[in-house]
Amino acid sequence: MTDKDVLMQIRDLSVTYNSRLGPVSAVDKVSFDIFKGEILGLVGESGCGKSTMGKALMRMIEPPGHITGGQIIFDGEDIMTYDQKQMRDFRGRKVSMIFQDPMTSLNPVQRVDEHVIEAIQVHEPKTKKEDALERAGSLIRKLGIQKRRMNSYPHQLSGGMRQRVMVGLGLVLNADLIVADEATTSLDVIVEAKLADQLRDIQEEFGVSLLVITHNIALVAELSDRVAVMYAGSIAEIADVEPLFDAPLHPYTKGLLQSIPNIKLEDEEELYKMAGEPPNLTHPPSGCRYHPRCPYAMPICEKIEPPLDEVASGRLVKCWLYFDHPEKEEPTIKVAS
Amino acid sequence: MSTSLRRFLITRLLLTIPMVLILVTIIFFIMRVLPGDPIRSQLGPRVSEEQANDIRERLGLNRPLYVQYFDFLWDMITLDFGNALTQGERPIRDELGERLPATIELTIPAITFTAIIGIFSGAFAAKNRKKPIDYSIRLLSIIMYSIPVFFMGLLFQIIFSVRIPILPLSGRMDTLMLVNFNSRTNFYTIDAILSQNWPALGSVLLHLVLPSLTLGLALSGVFVRLTRVNMIEMLQSDFIVSGRARGIPENRLTYKHALRNTFIPIMTLLGLQFAILLAGAVLTETTFSWPGVGRYLVERIQLRDYTAVQATIAVFALFVALISLLMDVLYAFIDPRIRY
Repeated sequence: MTDKDVLMQIRDLSVTYNSRLGPVSAVDKVSFDIFKGEILGLVGESGCGKSTMGKALMRMIEPPGHITGGQIIFDGEDIMTYDQKQMRDFRGRKVSMIFQDPMTSLNPVQRVDEHVIEAIQVHEPKTKKEDALERAGSLIRKLGIQKRRMNSYPHQLSGGMRQRVMVGLGLVLNADLIVADEATTSLDVIVEAKLADQLRDIQEEFGVSLLVITHNIALVAELSDRVAVMYAGSIAEIADVEPLFDAPLHPYTKGLLQSIPNIKLEDEEELYKMAGEPPNLTHPPSGCRYHPRCPYAMPICEKIEPPLDEVASGRLVKCWLYFDHPEKEEPTIKVAS
Repeated sequence: MSTSLRRFLITRLLLTIPMVLILVTIIFFIMRVLPGDPIRSQLGPRVSEEQANDIRERLGLNRPLYVQYFDFLWDMITLDFGNALTQGERPIRDELGERLPATIELTIPAITFTAIIGIFSGAFAAKNRKKPIDYSIRLLSIIMYSIPVFFMGLLFQIIFSVRIPILPLSGRMDTLMLVNFNSRTNFYTIDAILSQNWPALGSVLLHLVLPSLTLGLALSGVFVRLTRVNMIEMLQSDFIVSGRARGIPENRLTYKHALRNTFIPIMTLLGLQFAILLAGAVLTETTFSWPGVGRYLVERIQLRDYTAVQATIAVFALFVALISLLMDVLYAFIDPRIRY
């Protein structure tokens, strides 16, 4: 993946929510890259900060939360320095987002074609209605939305159809990156598979990058080129999809993959359950945030936070097992490139 | 018009009949149960019992109650309503024909003020939630809501017609102009436009400003709160967030997307308020010497004018039924998910 161009660089991004119990660091100094034309899966448990991360990339964190630091570099510009007007232009045109619930993500009193026309006219006020529709026409066809459906109101469409409309709205301005936040979660498995297929086709055809945020690991395995695993507000591991599933490096990734129910699971086999609970992020654990649950925890893990660093080509992991440190006494595992 | 909508309308109109019937029946008997009668309340002890009985006989009040009741029902069906029992015993149709237009002419601009002020400041407060402007609007709405309407009216009169004499104090029109003013419909604005009497129209409109603003402001408090609460919920909904992710400007999200989705509860209350306004404008009408139907009703209740009160209530009931029907039809235009 190193031969690819970088589309978006996220550097030390932090998001904090102010709660009554004190500040919650939902995303803690996260850094990673999104390449041009790739599908990057972002997986993790509920509450690990993956949705917050997705919203943060568009600077759409709502109070009481806010971005407390870091840079988001897109096309050589740090969008954290953008003013409101630049930000509005950025959203939709450069990066767009598809949300979890297609049932509620469209304005119930607005027709589908009005949604499409509005999305175009907001960014290009001079475009005429007919031209806007014509421009959207081929995209709409490709998504399998019949023309007569354009006159429908959202409640007249099925969930899968609505989600396709959402995808269409995300693509209609030729955005370079689409953030799909649990976009398939509320669909049944068959519709989900179809939408996943369409997402892949669209990615190939339009050359957009996709950030697929989900807790559905099977979907990520099927769809993504690369996977980032998130735990408690930081990224535990990033790798291409095959190496990650074949040989997970981070103990959390290992646990996560073992927790997936298998349809062929024999009766006597127990499903693996990870020990402990996800940490309370008002008081995150010291050092590595995973150490209280980690079966391989060492003394150093409690004291010093490990770096997220490359251990092999295109493989980053945030775990002391793979790095040397003066305070560390245990042997370091070397990963073959 | 679709068949289902037509069926809905017919059903609703048919249901209006028992509603009005029950209402006027209750009013009929309550009026008779109340102590006092139209003769004594007007003439007091000045007439002897014999004279009073003569008048009763002339007015038909000595007939058995059920005869009077069915007589009244028949009057209602023919939309005649008969004559009033007091104050010159004029035909009620004429009396209401003068009073009702005055009230409607007052309530329409009043409810317009209410809607514009209430809805927009509510939406604005919701958009700027927890900012100083939000707290100011909320505080102001409570003040508007709790100030007695006659007090607000007096305040406006003192400020805008006594201290800074820019608006007329009371009445529907300049007295001098009224002398030569020929009113056919009793809607002075319509009459003035029909006869192309522009000075008269100006005078009528100027006279409308203070009473309708008073009434509109007094009612707007509720709408500020209702709109604000509904808008806050709506502004957090998924389709607003996803609209924002498409780069749609905040103002458009607030005043187009969110506001239109809050119209249903607002319209419901607006319809109810309009009905209440018809009767409830008494205090405003009194403050501004407005010859409306609210004042008429209160006067006639005090005089125990059975027929006048019954007829007025029946007309109100019809109005309420028609307005709620209109609202139900409008819902379907606002929200495509509602179909009949």
